[in-house]
Amino acid sequence: MTSEAIGAPTAAAQPRQKSELMQQRVRAARLFLLPMMIALAVVAGWPLARSIYFSFTDATLNDLYGAEWIGFGNYLQIRVLESGRTIYRGVLADPAWWNAVWNTVRFAFWSVLWETILGMIVALVLNAEFKGRGIVRAAILIPWAIPTIVSARMWSWMLNDQFGILNDLGMRLGLLNAPVAWTASPDTAMLAVLVVDIWKTTPFMALLILAGLQMIPKDIYEAAEIDGVHPVKQFFRITLPLVRPALMVAIIFRVLDALRIFDLIYVLTPNSAATKTMSVISQENLFQFNNFAEGSAQSTLLFLLIAIFTILYIWLGKVNFDGGDR
Amino acid sequence: MTLNKMLVAMMASVTLVAGAAQAAELSIVSGDTGTGLQFLQSELDIFQEETGHVVTIVPMPSSTSDQFGQYRLWLAAGNADIDVYQTDVIWAPQLADQFVDLKEAFAEVADQHFPSVIESQTVGDKLVAVPAFTDAPALYYRKDLLEKHGKEVPTTWTELRQTAQEIMEAERAEGNTEIWGYVFQGNAYEGLTCNALEWVNSFGGGQIIEADGTISINNEQAVAALEEAASWVGTIAPQGVLAYGEEEARGVWQLGNAVFMRNWPYAYALSNGDDAAVKGNFDVAPLPAGEGEGAKSSATLGGWNFAVSQYSQNQEAAIELALFLSSAESQKRRAIEQANLPTVQSLYQDEEVLAASPFMAAWEEIFQNAVPRPSAPTQENYNEVSSLFWSAVHNTLSGNGSAAENLEVLEIDLDDLLQ
Repeated sequence: MTSEAIGAPTAAAQPRQKSELMQQRVRAARLFLLPMMIALAVVAGWPLARSIYFSFTDATLNDLYGAEWIGFGNYLQIRVLESGRTIYRGVLADPAWWNAVWNTVRFAFWSVLWETILGMIVALVLNAEFKGRGIVRAAILIPWAIPTIVSARMWSWMLNDQFGILNDLGMRLGLLNAPVAWTASPDTAMLAVLVVDIWKTTPFMALLILAGLQMIPKDIYEAAEIDGVHPVKQFFRITLPLVRPALMVAIIFRVLDALRIFDLIYVLTPNSAATKTMSVISQENLFQFNNFAEGSAQSTLLFLLIAIFTILYIWLGKVNFDGGDR
Repeated sequence: MTLNKMLVAMMASVTLVAGAAQAAELSIVSGDTGTGLQFLQSELDIFQEETGHVVTIVPMPSSTSDQFGQYRLWLAAGNADIDVYQTDVIWAPQLADQFVDLKEAFAEVADQHFPSVIESQTVGDKLVAVPAFTDAPALYYRKDLLEKHGKEVPTTWTELRQTAQEIMEAERAEGNTEIWGYVFQGNAYEGLTCNALEWVNSFGGGQIIEADGTISINNEQAVAALEEAASWVGTIAPQGVLAYGEEEARGVWQLGNAVFMRNWPYAYALSNGDDAAVKGNFDVAPLPAGEGEGAKSSATLGGWNFAVSQYSQNQEAAIELALFLSSAESQKRRAIEQANLPTVQSLYQDEEVLAASPFMAAWEEIFQNAVPRPSAPTQENYNEVSSLFWSAVHNTLSGNGSAAENLEVLEIDLDDLLQ
């Protein structure tokens, strides 16, 4: 708030026309950006273009280079049978695909919601002054530092119904009257995946929010204290609005991550229809089944969905990646 | 992962360039299970001594579907870094185009091996891979518990259910609360396809898709088989069996917490290990038969083979290696050290083999009932067929629709896929 008041007049005072020096600096900046743009085009742009191309062909892994263009056939085809019946084929008419979309959205919503709430709580605690804060801050990052494959494997043993520690604890404490097969039962599979993901990623969320919290000047709280503002009101009127920019960026990082979730589910519940996400189903079609083109179409749709979501989020949420509020 | 792959590829290409002169430098890729890679290395040392060719092992994870995905990619890209692939019995029709025809090279020794195994690796007129060892599951049972409760080894699934139920209840009444009747592989993956194919086939319900391509799965016997299997979950088998693979089932069994288990031969040696609670207290028998017309005991055919990449720069040396690894001498060492079932028939009468792995005598009978998975008639679509099948079975086992409903839908899905 204060910075805006001071910053505004200086910005307006700047000359409209760019100076020679300014133009030179812009040119230099472009030159410096060039290697990165080339690297991006090679490692991200080309594969993306290639898989979008494959989604319009009849490519199979046995014959990638002999692929022929078939247009939108992988996405949707309408066929009229001899009997006069019309049938729909392609990814967009595939219930398994829509089940995966729904699983992904459900997963992204619940995991990010809980990670935000828990991450905020953890960040608020860590933002307070107490002895050994540095050690606690480092320790809380451990779940996030473990590679997902490792933690997923670890959890799959912990969740095992016969020798898993969770069932053992639950039985001993009298919370369960029979061991539960968490990852096997369709009712609990999604819950198990969510719990592991929240356990793993809350530290990341907490860290980003903590960085935002530390930017808030202490004197605002002092002023509020003197005015006798209730701590709960302080949180909603001061902390939350001021941490919002950092929070919005943290949420978008997490949502993008959650929408393309693959490794955790691939290890924990690879073939369960209750947890199969868009990435898992497209990997399955690309490499396990003989449906390379259909898998490419699914990856393309996943890419589109994430792109649309990101654009909407930035636009509607007025996210400013410079870290300040617009 | 990616970095590792790059390193492996780089190393492999360097060795290839360096060794192209005379004695070839080869790369073989193989999944890692237990001490399998150690054994492979010792075989490669012998091979190097005999031929001078140097072979590097490229290790892969033990999950066959992970391996398959990776090999598919490498072969699709025409990767010349790998010369010899260790392949699952069901891959031959799916990868046939990318492997060298070994028919001629193998002709001399072909009749030493089980014809059904050679047949499973033949696509059209092409021998895609040569066998390393074969696999067929059996019913593991607790001798001590059957004796204690005065029961016979079950020969039908109904008998198995009743025996398991009775022993389980009696044992639990005595305070052994952890005990279960039967454990098998119920997770939704290739292993469930193997289990369910046995149920269906043992009830005389066909092999999902017959050799001529007809989809036969939607029949009364198959429905009866799946209904029988569904009745085990939560009664004689723990609910968690729906997430078990081979290792989870073995875990329960080896702790002494199951009366019966369905598993592959690898579990035999491990269950006789010093840390196993069941050591010396168990034996194996053919899997039970179903009921009704055409009922018999059946076991899904498994096993591993060696195939030579079409993109190999050293095809001759690579073929030499594949033949060496499938030779009777190598299979004998494998049978003695790894307890893998040989595909060379004469080894089942070999004294040294039987002394090291006495159970192999029992497997000859099991092996005669082996039924192949429908990978030959479904060709490239096998993985998808298998996935549709195990999903339908998994749904039935977890009470998500009846066996009849799920098989009816499965038939339509298979029809759509294979039309």
